[in-house]
Amino acid sequence: MEDCIIEVKGLWTQFGENVVHRNIDLCVRRGEIMSLVGGSGSGKTTMLRQMLGLERPARGEVRVFGVSLHGGDSGQLHKLRDRWGMLFQEGALFSALTVFDNVALPLRELRLLDEELIHDLVIMKLDMVGIEPRHASKMPAELSGGMVKRIALARALALEPELLFLDEPTAGLDPDRSESFVTLIKELHRELNLTVVMVTHDLDTLVALSDRVAVLCDQRLEIVGTLDEVVANKHPFICNFFMGERGRRALEAVKAIKDIVSMT
Amino acid sequence: MPHAIPEALPAPEVRLVTTPGRARCFELSGAWNLRGLESRLAELTPRLAEYVTDNGAVWDLRGIDVLDHAGAMVLWRAWGRRRIPNLTLKSEHEAVFHHLDIPPEPVAAGAAHDPLWLVVKVGRKVMRVLDHLATMVAVLGQVVLDAIYLVRQPARIPWREISSNIYRTGTQALGITALVGFLVGVVLSYLSAQQLKIFGADAFIINILGISVIRELGPVLAAILIAGRSGSAITAQLGVMRVTQELDAMEVMGIPQTLRLILPKMLALAISMPLIVLWTNAIALIGGMVSAQAELGIGYTYFLSNLPDAVPIANLWLGLGKGVVFGFLIALVACHFGLRIEPNTESLGIGTTNSVVTSITVVIIVDAVFAIMFKDIGIS
Repeated sequence: MEDCIIEVKGLWTQFGENVVHRNIDLCVRRGEIMSLVGGSGSGKTTMLRQMLGLERPARGEVRVFGVSLHGGDSGQLHKLRDRWGMLFQEGALFSALTVFDNVALPLRELRLLDEELIHDLVIMKLDMVGIEPRHASKMPAELSGGMVKRIALARALALEPELLFLDEPTAGLDPDRSESFVTLIKELHRELNLTVVMVTHDLDTLVALSDRVAVLCDQRLEIVGTLDEVVANKHPFICNFFMGERGRRALEAVKAIKDIVSMT
Repeated sequence: MPHAIPEALPAPEVRLVTTPGRARCFELSGAWNLRGLESRLAELTPRLAEYVTDNGAVWDLRGIDVLDHAGAMVLWRAWGRRRIPNLTLKSEHEAVFHHLDIPPEPVAAGAAHDPLWLVVKVGRKVMRVLDHLATMVAVLGQVVLDAIYLVRQPARIPWREISSNIYRTGTQALGITALVGFLVGVVLSYLSAQQLKIFGADAFIINILGISVIRELGPVLAAILIAGRSGSAITAQLGVMRVTQELDAMEVMGIPQTLRLILPKMLALAISMPLIVLWTNAIALIGGMVSAQAELGIGYTYFLSNLPDAVPIANLWLGLGKGVVFGFLIALVACHFGLRIEPNTESLGIGTTNSVVTSITVVIIVDAVFAIMFKDIGIS
């Protein structure tokens, strides 16, 4: 049996007459980085929201850490929420709170840590994502998009989650920033032994981070596998996505790096 | 145990192990992560603090199953923010200690006491008010320029926007103004009737109701309701357009904001406001009439036929004129605050509140000015 952190079984999503997901099964294994890709409107973000319990599927079940999200046990669900972190696309920082208070909020909600320890933990988390302590007293409105994302990541990591969800982690960042963001996630993944589920459109991010890729199209999961397995698939969407000009460039870059690594 | 579920991990623990002939050793075991520590922190912290004073001892962290940053931070703080010398730990836990070396909490410097703080504070407030006035005048000026432009080029008048704004600020406000107007009419009539009965001056209820409702209460009531209802909506709408960069998009496309957004709202409110005033007057008088009939036995026909004699027609024109001015001012204040909103949600909330409070205040101040200016008109 696979060691599934997230288990999706027979998932159907429907908005009115419009079926988005038709009988989807998916298993996210412990410690891997799984990317969800698909065309716009294919329900990637919806699926992510269903994994977080923000939306309820029309049919089927989502189990995270073995707990059914829609089973109705609110106590268990509450415990679950301390074990995962989510990075929203636009950061979703609370605009009325300072950077420090944003990251401190989940820690304070535990009501068990003293303020001094919270301070140290917050500054450490900010340091981990490359934010200097002098920015801690700023308001989110004063920050650039890249900083907001990194602070949102620090907030997502505040409770030392085992599972991290990323929605378009590099969208809206310049190439240099996305590069460093990808490196950051890679490092954190290794250091904290995280399981990561990510929705992305950015091929470079996808190629750089994913252990496995799940491709959503035509309301189904076309394929779940390593990047090489996915690229070998001949479905027209996958061909367009990966074998277009941009896709080939990203893949070639990876291959070149792999060759260099194998030569040395 | 490959399927280790964190809840099943042993609780964090620290033990003193003494072997003869070797240094004392503190062995740590269990899950030193946030979830494991949560409930045990109060107990462990003082023990760690005590153990750390034992200088010669060895710390053995190899028994720890899970170590995260929170756990490492607890140890780090216990050790006095340094890596303790005699430390052995699993190689995979090494990385967790990398990010811990952060500066301790800076002591907040006590803000120097400024002897002039009151002057500075009042001065800032005054400057803010002046700034508001200046930008409001600028908006007004732009609207006047737009109006002149439209008079020259009538084809460009934004009829659709004006009409939809009249519907939103006028038609849709009929229900609430009717309800409030009716109740105020009933209450006013009832209370006056109690007093008038004492003097046997029952017929004067028509004068009291007619003058107060038509000249004063109708316009002010309607204005306050519209300021709360439509003023806040206008500010929020413009604010959201700022947050979502729609205002910027309009500017880039060369669509003049004042012409398409602000002027139609001002015109629409200046048109719908007097109509709402008329409507509120009518409903409030009906309420008063019902109450007067019940309390004093004054018939509806008597009430209506005596109303024109009791209330000179100038009062009606004055009330309607106030309605036009109030509508204009409410739209001006709401648009002004809407345009000043900064692209964040907090500013949106503050801006909307300020807009409503300011427009109601402005309405009442202007009403007082009207009362003084027209004190000789319409009152026989």
